[in-house]
Parts: sequence; C-alpha cells; structure tokens
Amino acid sequence: MGFEFVYSSKLEAAVNWARKFSLFSYPFVTACCGMEYMSTAAPKYDIARFGSEFPRFSPRQADLLIIVGTITERQGPALRRIYEQMCEPKWVIAFGVCASTGGFYQNYSTMPGADQVVPVDVYIPGCPPRPEQVLDALIMLQERIQRGEGHSQIAMRVDQGFDVPAASVRPISRITEHGEKAKVK
Amino acid sequence: MAQLVLDRLLAQFGGGEIIKTGSQHGNEWARIRPDAWTAVCTFLRDDPTLSMEMLTDLTCVDRFGDEPRFDVVVHLYSVSKKHRVRLYGGVPEENPLIDSLVPLWPGADWPEREAYDLYGVRFAGHPDLRRLLMYPEFIGHPLRKDYPKEKRQPLVRRQAGSLD
Ligand code: SF4
Repeated sequence: MGFEFVYSSKLEAAVNWARKFSLFSYPFVTACCGMEYMSTAAPKYDIARFGSEFPRFSPRQADLLIIVGTITERQGPALRRIYEQMCEPKWVIAFGVCASTGGFYQNYSTMPGADQVVPVDVYIPGCPPRPEQVLDALIMLQERIQRGEGHSQIAMRVDQGFDVPAASVRPISRITEHGEKAKVK
Repeated sequence: MAQLVLDRLLAQFGGGEIIKTGSQHGNEWARIRPDAWTAVCTFLRDDPTLSMEMLTDLTCVDRFGDEPRFDVVVHLYSVSKKHRVRLYGGVPEENPLIDSLVPLWPGADWPEREAYDLYGVRFAGHPDLRRLLMYPEFIGHPLRKDYPKEKRQPLVRRQAGSLD
C-alpha cells in the first residue's frame, strides 16, 4: 500500500504530482454522451495534453473511471465490479447529467446518479457536456489529486491508520480559486 | 388503403371473431376476439391475396380502468402486396393470457418477451417467456399504469457517507 504518506509531505506532493499527469482512463460508455467523449479524446480537444492519454481496455490497467452516459439499475452491479477491479488509488468522473444525477430520466429503470454505487470525485453537468467542460473537470480532478483529496486517496489514508477529519473532502470551488489566481496576477 | 384486408377478414370470419374494424388516418385496424387470435393471424399470413409475411411490431397498451384492461397490438405488413393492418387483442386483468405468435412469425419472440416484462401479459406457447429488459429480481411490471412512478428496485447501493 501507499508508503508515501509515511514520508514527508514533500514526497507525497511529488507522488501526487506524478499521479495527476499519468491518468489512465477506463471509459464506461453507455449512452449518447459517448459521442462527446470521443470528441474530447480526438485531436481537436486532445485530452492527451493533460497526461490522460490512454483509454485502457481493462479496468485493471486504469486508475480513472469515466462514467459516460445513463446508468440503469441493471448495470449497477457491473459498474460496481469494474470499480472494484481497479487498483488504488483510483478516481471517478461522472460525465454528463445522467451519470451525475440520472438527468431527466426519473423512472423505474434509471439509477439516480452513478454515485449511488461508486464514489464520484468530479461531476460534469451538461446533456451532453461540451468537451471544454470535460477538460475543465480533468483539471479540477488533477488539482484534487495533488491535494490528496480523492475519495480513494482518503480511504487509503484511513486504512493506514492516519487520522482523517470527518469532513475531509472539501468542496472544490473553482470560482474562488480562479478569482484568487486572478487577484495574484 | 388496405380496406381489402378488412373485407377479406370480415368475409372469412363471420362468427364474431372480428369484434370491430375501423380506419384511422389511413391505417386500418381490427379488434380480434382473443380466442381467435392464432386463427386470424394464420389466415392473414397464409391467404394468397393478403400474405402478411412480416410482423412489424408487437406491443401492449394498458387501458387502465377499462375492460379488458390490456390490448396486445400487432402491426402486420405484406412485403409482396404492400399493405398493412393493425390488430388489437384485448386481454383481461385477472388472466392476461393470449396465444403467442412466435410459431407464425419468429420475430415475435422478443416483442412478446418485452410485453410480458413490462405489462405482465403472458403468451401461451411462447418458447422462452422470460423478462427481456428488466433484471430477473425485479418485482412487478413497470409500464402498468398502477406501478408507482417513483418506485425503484435497486440491486446495489453504497452506504451513505462511505468513501468507497
Ligand atoms: S446526459 Fe444527455 S447526452 Fe449524456 S447520456 Fe444523458 S441524455 Fe445522453
């Protein structure tokens, strides 16, 4: 398991820096959002610029699960199993309103958000979201990885017996961060 | 347009098998007594002037509050004669059973499974009447109008507040 937390925070920062620029994604594509995912991965928007280059073909080789599209109740066990097959630390992005909340589907078959079965780190709204939003979400996730605040990063620390405050998952406020950065400039 | 089909049907079945016929927006329909379901469909398929080779669709309607409650709806098309007809077979709520059309048109297999899954109508003689869309653990038939709109039957859920 992750030895890095035992060592100094500088090492942890370096490891997290390496992690955030080497995300291997596993796209769990079920519905129309998949078109927009392809666009994001294609040369025009080029998600490879952010180090999230390879869609892997097995969850065992991936550390970023991108849930793209509507999740039905019937798919719940499959999605959970795929998440459990991924090695720690791992992160999850919910792509589109269907994966985030169920979207406009309010019925017997659609799961009201993928976070009913797996912990989601970043939600992307939109039906479907623009590729720019996806890149924005990826940058948000990278900032979160750098701070060590991904769900599985915190869970690993809890496993190792570190004291983690109950409300350790801070809400990420991009607007404030951008605002602060803007002020600094 | 396909009045010929209805005329042939009415001429062939005079014993009350054809309950009612009509035409709406140029589409002819006939309401069939459910016990004559197979006989009428076989005639439609095999009669040389009708030759309905193709079952375009089979589905179901829940006329909640009416009797019979469920209507099994079949759309037939003749590829050679280029005419089509729509058949209704009413089945009651307490015993929603009607003959399967799989022996006549193998393409009725999955539509009948879907109608069984979502409405609970059973098809006598269907080779493999299982749920098609919902999972086997699902209880009830979700497209029935008395199925609660908000009711969900989850297979798995995270614990509230867990990191995993
Ligand atoms: S959010 Fe919209 S585009 Fe994406 S899967 Fe749902 S319905 Fe399709």
